[in-house]
Amino acid sequence: MLREIRPAIVLLLVLTAITGLAYPLAMTAIAGALFPAQAQGSLIKKDGKVVGSALIGQEFRDDKYFHGRLSATLAPDPNDSTKTVSAPYNAANSGGANLGPTSKALADRLKADVDKLRAENPNQPVPVDLLTTSASGLDPDISPEAAQFQVPRVAKARNLPEDAVKQLVAANSEGRLVGLLGEPRVNVLALNLALDQAAAK
Amino acid sequence: MTMVGWLQIILFCVIIVALTKPLGWYMTRVFGGERTILSSALRPIEAGIYWISGVDEKREQHWLTYTVAMLLFHVGGFLVIYGVMRLQAMLPFNPAGQPAVAEDLSFNTAVSFITNTNWQNYGGESTLSYLTQMVGLTHQNFLSAATGIALAVALIRGFSRASTRTVGNFWVDVTRCTLYVLLPICIVYTLFLVWQGMPQTLGDYVEATTLEGAKQTIAVGPVASQVAIKMLGTNGGGFFNANAAHPFENPTALSNFVQMLSIFALGAALTNVFGRMVGNQRQGWAILSVMGVLFIAGVAITYWAEANGTSMLQALGLTGGNMEGKEVRFGILASSLFAVVTTAASCGAVNAMHDSFTALGGMIPLINIELGEIIVGGVGAGMYGMLLFVILAIFVAGLMVGRTPEYVGKKIEAREVKMAMLAVLVLPLMILGWTAVGVVYPAAVASMANAGPHGFTEVLYAFTSAAGNNGSAFAGLTGNTFFYNLTLACAMFVGRFFMIIPAMAIAGSLAEKKSVPPSMGTFPTTGGLFVGLVVGVILIMGGLTFFPALALGPIVEHLAMNAGNLF
Repeated sequence: MLREIRPAIVLLLVLTAITGLAYPLAMTAIAGALFPAQAQGSLIKKDGKVVGSALIGQEFRDDKYFHGRLSATLAPDPNDSTKTVSAPYNAANSGGANLGPTSKALADRLKADVDKLRAENPNQPVPVDLLTTSASGLDPDISPEAAQFQVPRVAKARNLPEDAVKQLVAANSEGRLVGLLGEPRVNVLALNLALDQAAAK
Repeated sequence: MTMVGWLQIILFCVIIVALTKPLGWYMTRVFGGERTILSSALRPIEAGIYWISGVDEKREQHWLTYTVAMLLFHVGGFLVIYGVMRLQAMLPFNPAGQPAVAEDLSFNTAVSFITNTNWQNYGGESTLSYLTQMVGLTHQNFLSAATGIALAVALIRGFSRASTRTVGNFWVDVTRCTLYVLLPICIVYTLFLVWQGMPQTLGDYVEATTLEGAKQTIAVGPVASQVAIKMLGTNGGGFFNANAAHPFENPTALSNFVQMLSIFALGAALTNVFGRMVGNQRQGWAILSVMGVLFIAGVAITYWAEANGTSMLQALGLTGGNMEGKEVRFGILASSLFAVVTTAASCGAVNAMHDSFTALGGMIPLINIELGEIIVGGVGAGMYGMLLFVILAIFVAGLMVGRTPEYVGKKIEAREVKMAMLAVLVLPLMILGWTAVGVVYPAAVASMANAGPHGFTEVLYAFTSAAGNNGSAFAGLTGNTFFYNLTLACAMFVGRFFMIIPAMAIAGSLAEKKSVPPSMGTFPTTGGLFVGLVVGVILIMGGLTFFPALALGPIVEHLAMNAGNLF
């Protein structure tokens, strides 16, 4: 058995060097050369400044922007580092709400939020993804129905005809991959950037 | 449930079955020491590694030596991870300036990664430096996966060899698995993932100014290279806290689909390796059929439950299923399918929060782990776990007809059955034992995020996931406490190694036996009757052991939900 000790140490170190250093570092170099935009995080720049990532959702509260999904991400409490406070779309600490199907806290929140949304747009059924918390807290997408639902509010806030806003939603909607994989969706940040651009014209 | 949803499920199954044979062929050649397409490039590296490590690749090991070598290797692996985590503040590749990880969390994480569990009490982007992610976690993702596969191959050798005392050489099996199987696939796979949008950088976290003028710090890192092996090796430990739900860790519907395929690919291929090594591929297909029956049943239930939604959503007139804790790009189907795949296979990556699943939808992942993750299973671990159940099923069949049971030419006798029972009892001991402690010990009770039966399920799921080396969680439970860091580490350790040792004892005892040719009285193990019998034994064993606990958790919660009770 003693002769197994040398391989246990040396082989471990060699394989650590290969799989823990050589492999990730080589992949970083190759991926950075082949797909530089994605490797850096699919960042979107406007006037030379980073305004976000195409893949990471951000918080929108203003009426003139489409809103994304609810986010339950947290951040350390600035007053007490042992506690956390709500910090929606904190892209340095992802996570979900983790409330279960019989959670009273979840039921109370849903009831309050559904009334707010129904008041905002009484003419359409409330899409479920607008009311529920995403898994990562950083979901960049909403369903096309959830975008349509918000069209009257956004159009009113921006003094734009609803049809023009609807067209932007349609232009920023993506379907399933080859009609099969995934779900239809609208990237909220891309849609809002397109809105700002349309307004600037 | 929709037609498109079912088509995705069918497509998934078809591709897995199509991959099984070619991958099985390739892996059989690798572990048989034969030349492969990559030999001309990799053979010099392989030979160099043996030379520097003092490994004689011609020398085979007794099962006990093989097991001791494996354990020694893990002691070293543990020390590397623990050391890097404790010292990360002083080491390079730490742009976010992460401080040293606490002792108990480092201990838990080190055990978690050597046991292929990859339970996340750490929050990747908020706790770990890039060096820890690479040298601590990525590296151990490779080695624990290679170890699992090596052990499965050693057990298969027990069946396929006769009258010998050796089951292979651990060092050679691990090296060949890493070099010829895991690394080449991961290199191609990493590039695919980056193309889909996954970051792969050593740069700082990005500071962005959002459209509304707020500051957003975006965590990035060498994500893709880790995710590739995390999936392929059924490890499942996330680079980010939200794991595969994080848009950087699973950017598109395509990346999600390929991730699910890669969880199953090697585990399914091992059934074919088994068939080839015992000289009849139909033996492998029979085992894959057992897995397939259990898998489809699980997918159907979870998909149905999640598409149906919860009663609180229905009461508000919201249709579209239970989207709480799910991502829009995956929706109901891809989240349900992922949950079943990841728990069938001991992976533990999640693309939706299992804690927010419906009671029945979340019960299937729990059952998958409690059955021993033998539905494809963790790479290697699923195969040796399934073979333990096969031994028990053959034993039961032998009792019914009053003959000494045989399987692929080997007589199954008292020693094998005793060892199989020992291994099978490890899971209930760890799961039910620690759950009982967790629901009465005050410091543990305080960790529950949900009240009522759901809180019980959170604790049950945590110990199930740890003992089964899965790593997924009902993540509302606060696991990063002294109590859970230590008890979960205990469950992970015992759940992994106390299953491996009896399995290896079986390998050794089978290898020493003579091979008996099939006769008129041999129970055929390639047909539907055999498949049905194994499925039956798995469900009866699992049901008898865990039904009471499930009744207290998800089942009572489902009834409460339908009655409109909230907690």
